[in-house]
Amino acid sequence: MRLHIFLSYPGPVSAAIEVHGLVKQYGNLSAVGGIDFSVPAGTVFSFLGPNGAGKTTTTEILEGLRRRTSGDVEVLGLDPWTDGAALHRRIGVIPQDFRFFEKITAREAIEYYRALFHTDVDPARLLAQVELLDKIDARFDTLSGGQKQKLGLALALTNNPEICFLDEPTTGLDPHARRAIWAVIRSLKGEGRTVFLTTHYLEEAELLADRVAIIHHGKIIAAGTPAEIIRANGRPERIEVAGPPELATYLEQHLDRPVAVENGRVSVELADKSDALKILGAIEASGLPWDSFQTSRDTLEDVFVRLVGQMDDGALKQETPR
Amino acid sequence: MNFRHVAADFRVVMRSYLRNPVALFFSLIFPIILIALFGLIFSATGSGPVTVEVLNLDHNSPVSREFLAALNNTSVVKVNVVSDTTVSPSNFASWLGKNDDPVGLIVPDGFAANYRNGTPTNLTVFTNPSDAASSGTVLGAVQGVANGFNLARACSGSVCAPVIGYTSENVGSQVYTYIDYLIPGLIGFSILTSPMFSMVDIASSYRKDGIFRELSLTPLTRAEWLLSRITWYVALTFVTAGIMIGAGVYLFSAHVALTLGLVPFLIVGPFFFVSLGMLAGTVAKTPESAALIGNIITFPMMFLSGTFFTVSSFPPYLQTFAHVLPLYYVIDGMNQVMLFANMSRALADLAVVLVAGLVVFALAVRLFKWRDE
Ligand SMILES: Nc1ncnc2c1ncn2[C@@H]1O[C@H](COP(=O)(O)OP(=O)(O)OP(=O)(O)O)[C@@H](O)[C@H]1O
Ligand SMILES: [Mg+2]
Repeated sequence: MRLHIFLSYPGPVSAAIEVHGLVKQYGNLSAVGGIDFSVPAGTVFSFLGPNGAGKTTTTEILEGLRRRTSGDVEVLGLDPWTDGAALHRRIGVIPQDFRFFEKITAREAIEYYRALFHTDVDPARLLAQVELLDKIDARFDTLSGGQKQKLGLALALTNNPEICFLDEPTTGLDPHARRAIWAVIRSLKGEGRTVFLTTHYLEEAELLADRVAIIHHGKIIAAGTPAEIIRANGRPERIEVAGPPELATYLEQHLDRPVAVENGRVSVELADKSDALKILGAIEASGLPWDSFQTSRDTLEDVFVRLVGQMDDGALKQETPR
Repeated sequence: MNFRHVAADFRVVMRSYLRNPVALFFSLIFPIILIALFGLIFSATGSGPVTVEVLNLDHNSPVSREFLAALNNTSVVKVNVVSDTTVSPSNFASWLGKNDDPVGLIVPDGFAANYRNGTPTNLTVFTNPSDAASSGTVLGAVQGVANGFNLARACSGSVCAPVIGYTSENVGSQVYTYIDYLIPGLIGFSILTSPMFSMVDIASSYRKDGIFRELSLTPLTRAEWLLSRITWYVALTFVTAGIMIGAGVYLFSAHVALTLGLVPFLIVGPFFFVSLGMLAGTVAKTPESAALIGNIITFPMMFLSGTFFTVSSFPPYLQTFAHVLPLYYVIDGMNQVMLFANMSRALADLAVVLVAGLVVFALAVRLFKWRDE
């Protein structure tokens, strides 16, 4: 189990999280089916996957809240299950459905954690950081869903954690509040902390994460930087115009390229940049009406939807370009 | 054990409680209601004279009037002579039945003459079988007065003073009424019920809401958490006991000894029941079964530990059962310090509760888990 320590040479950054062959069984259900990944210290790692994929299960195993069935897990060099008490002083956690004492105010909640962790954070400063200062004296049961999440984030930061585990911290937040949380995550990274983030918003992962992993039915189906995943799994860059189906037929006859029609838009794949002029020339030469030219490339979300869809359809029924 | 953690958690518990109007109402008003209610119910019977409706058929003869006056002087009964124009001996029983307190006495015609002549004569006492207490009181009073009259008649002429007399005193060092016994019982009742019901509920709802999971991520330990709850319920018990004693003194002129000996029971009692409630809530898998287990533990103790009725008035097998209920020792101990000043028995009671409390506390801390396996 410790073998990798001897084999790996000392790199510029050490791993904050190391996971090898992690398995979690609930009876017959294999919620996590043997996954491996590692998160270098000081980076943002985003864990993506559809509902029930195993994100929360994995996150809670890393936090020491659930016991793993098998596999090796190290967080800050500690076993989360057996060294939970030591680990919990060094990590901050906001659970997926964060709840707290109903009648306690935001300020009192932070003072409570401050006393438990023996730190000296200023509640006002911390709440200002998550844009919740105006609710400093509001009781928990009067906060909105998004405000509760913000308080959860503030509490996760009271002990000045080395790793922050954020399980869907922006779900249910308005676009402005979401951007506020993004700013907090960026500043956490700027302070050299490691962030483990699960989310259903793929643009969020694309914007914030150094590395992402997509988990589905307990298996990691893609991992790497967002750009790597798109390059490996996305379709090539395309030129798109609005036009009639006859335009597609014309282009197929005159260009040696795959052409697709979708929602009244005709798109042609680019092999390399010099193709663009040739394709536009052919479109103009067709004499057919066309409009609203754009180039498009797959986002992480396109790749995610396709990968998960492929897995669910048995990986056989691939979208074939016409 | 870090007492800063306990203090921090205690502040959260106290604030949560004080900001909950329903909980606050129950802990402050409920003790008064309990004392008032049970004080009224039990002082209505037992204390105060029983009214006896008397049908005097002896034409108000001096001897019959003397007899009734002597009966009235016992102060346990109050004689109320009814006119023989409204009722007759034949419908007296049914007339009594329509009264609220159907107890009656017929003084027969020729009572005075028969007394003078030494001819046996019979008084008729009507009692209500469903009200054993007042029936016994009236029968005893009539019998006592009749004995006095018989004795006086037998000794007429010669001097014969009664040989055996008695004076009446209550047990304990002072004069106690029912309410004085009720106060320790009802303090025990609230030491049992308020921690049991809320801890059983907290154990399952905190687990469901993820509060335990949240706390498990902090350095707060389970023992510290439980100790902070215990401290809160000890504080609450002091307030409740103060209110109950105050209400008893103010409403019913109770005489209770406010000794320092009460203090250990007000600490050890909640210590035991908070731990027991947590243990019950922990072994249960669902909130429903938690409530059920809580009720199964709570209800027998609520009635059979000397809360409303003294255990010594129970049939023997129920007394034996009462002696395995921890609340019995809490209430008995408080009775010993508040009423009988029997400190050695109070100490023995205290030792039982303390040992049981330590065992249950240790078990609760061992068995309850912050996190899922
Ligand atoms: N305590 C449990 N007992 C049994 N099965 C469980 C338990 N917790 C989770 N599961 C199952 O494990 C699988 C993974 O659940 P998990 O909560 O990790 O999903 P998730 O990826 O976080 O989903 P979501 O995006 O909806 O939050 C699901 O099929 C779920 O039903
Ligand atoms: Mg989840």
